[in-house]
Amino acid sequence: MKVEVNDIRVQFGGVMPLDGVTVTFPGGTCGLIGPNGAGKTTFFNVLSGYVTPVNGSVRCDGVELLTMPDYKRARWGVRRTFQTEQAIEGLSVFDNVLTVYEHTAKGSRAEKKKAVDEALEFCGLLGVRDQLVRTLPAKERRFIEMARAVVGSPKVVLLDEPAAGLPDEETNELSVIIRSIPERSDATVILVDHDMALVQACCEWSAVLDFGRLLASGPTGDVLRDPKVLSAYLGEDEL
Amino acid sequence: MGAIVKHKAFEPGAIAVIVVFALFVAPSIFGAFWITNLTQMAVFSVVAASAGMLYGRVGLVSLGQVAPYGIGCWVTMRLAYATSLPFPVLLLIGGIVAAVIGMLIGLPALRVSGLYLALVTLMLAAALETVLGVLKFPNGGSGFSGVVTSLSDLAPMRRPGFAETDPAYFRFTVIVALLLFLLAYVFLAGKPGRAWASIRQSEPSAIAAGIAITQYKLIAFALAAFMAGVAGGLFAGSVQQSIGIDQFSRQAALFLIAVVLMGGVHTLWGALLAGFFSKVMLDLLTSYMVGGQFWNNFSLSLFGFGLMMNLIQSTKAMEKKGLLG
Ligand SMILES: Nc1ncnc2c1ncn2[C@@H]1O[C@H](COP(=O)(O)OP(=O)(O)OP(=O)(O)O)[C@@H](O)[C@H]1O
Ligand SMILES: [Mg+2]
Repeated sequence: MKVEVNDIRVQFGGVMPLDGVTVTFPGGTCGLIGPNGAGKTTFFNVLSGYVTPVNGSVRCDGVELLTMPDYKRARWGVRRTFQTEQAIEGLSVFDNVLTVYEHTAKGSRAEKKKAVDEALEFCGLLGVRDQLVRTLPAKERRFIEMARAVVGSPKVVLLDEPAAGLPDEETNELSVIIRSIPERSDATVILVDHDMALVQACCEWSAVLDFGRLLASGPTGDVLRDPKVLSAYLGEDEL
Repeated sequence: MGAIVKHKAFEPGAIAVIVVFALFVAPSIFGAFWITNLTQMAVFSVVAASAGMLYGRVGLVSLGQVAPYGIGCWVTMRLAYATSLPFPVLLLIGGIVAAVIGMLIGLPALRVSGLYLALVTLMLAAALETVLGVLKFPNGGSGFSGVVTSLSDLAPMRRPGFAETDPAYFRFTVIVALLLFLLAYVFLAGKPGRAWASIRQSEPSAIAAGIAITQYKLIAFALAAFMAGVAGGLFAGSVQQSIGIDQFSRQAALFLIAVVLMGGVHTLWGALLAGFFSKVMLDLLTSYMVGGQFWNNFSLSLFGFGLMMNLIQSTKAMEKKGLLG
């Protein structure tokens, strides 16, 4: 499913974290990269409704997202993980995922249990199913957020640096999960990460932001070789 | 303040012991003074549980829980004089009226949060204090306010037919309190409880889960106000006449939140402890050791202490949490 973003402009006082971003995410797993402060998280915040842009539109599946109240976007199918992991500490792993499911889908008790267990299995969390989140280490919490993002039938999954702070081995596990989201639920995944190996492994297509503007987009390999992208990352003057 | 382990909040075994003690042992070993005292401890535990639930489970700092408590008390009293409805029905109506008013008040209050919510709710408590000060509690008279114009009309409020005596009314109070705790438990263990846990930890993350935040906060306000309202009705039946506004003043509002914070907001024990602090311990101290002015100073220092403990706790929590990133 395409995510068509048109001329998004965000202003915080004198700062323009997004300055007229127009880009179409073609579907599957897409990368969204860019140096620190490029506007990636702000872009996600626009999609989830925490930040209201002064201008622009985001259309998916013929629906305009930006006019929907924030929590209704989640019900429609926008899911996300946070740069600072936000699994609910006071709930069990199962209840964490159930909470998302029960507010975004309807179903009998048995259907709920089935959907939640499926998501837990997908993320390799069945072993800690009934544990309280506050007792779990960072790795599990990241995976819980992933399970929260995929349970039921998401349409657009936004992942904000899901691998931050994870060692290589666990990043690889995560990468397998991320790559299988589109086929599992027919969702478009947008992956933000500074780990280029992860982005390359997961995304055939990527877009690059820098200073709130779209710098490049296209097949990930091409984008990463683009001289403009290289200079943005290496901090050189524009060519 | 302890883990929010859901099943730890209500330990069936320990609760059974307390209930059996309260229902079968306490009435025969305590005299009238302490039975009344224990009745009010049970009542106050419910109010404390309602405030503790708002703060500990939903993250709403409301200093105004004395308002629904006072409203429930007033409505139940007024209807007890004016109608012949069964007492439990009076309690129910008192609770519902308190819940409706609680929600109406909650709606604008929910536009603000944190310290501002605390201030707004404290102002509401002050407003109620003023209204009750003018209106007074009913005591057998006629008209809207039900206040007597001649002393010969003065009559104590009725109690349930099956619980006329102090020990019987104590048992009745314990059972109603238990039902209210169960009601809270049903909410906490279900969909609302999970939504509240999400809202309390992080509103953005709750929104991302599709939770309608305002709706769930209102449900919390309504439930808490209902509990406090029914407790108010129970209190009315315990005192029966010449109720003053002390119980529902700003001072009482601060005192309530202080004992709630000291008792701990996550378990039933915290609520019972709050009830104990505010009724039994206070009466122990005032009747055996210190006099009048003590209440004021004691409650204020308690408030300071509770606030301090809580600041320390929430600073720790903030350090761990961080914002959106
Ligand atoms: N609430 C805000 N108020 C003011 N400025 C903000 C706010 N949020 C973000 N910014 C600014 O907007 C710009 C983009 O920030 P954003 O968090 O979107 O970047 P990012 O691409 O996610 O960076 P990182 O890779 O470090 O996470 C930054 O300059 C940041 O300082
Ligand atoms: Mg970011």
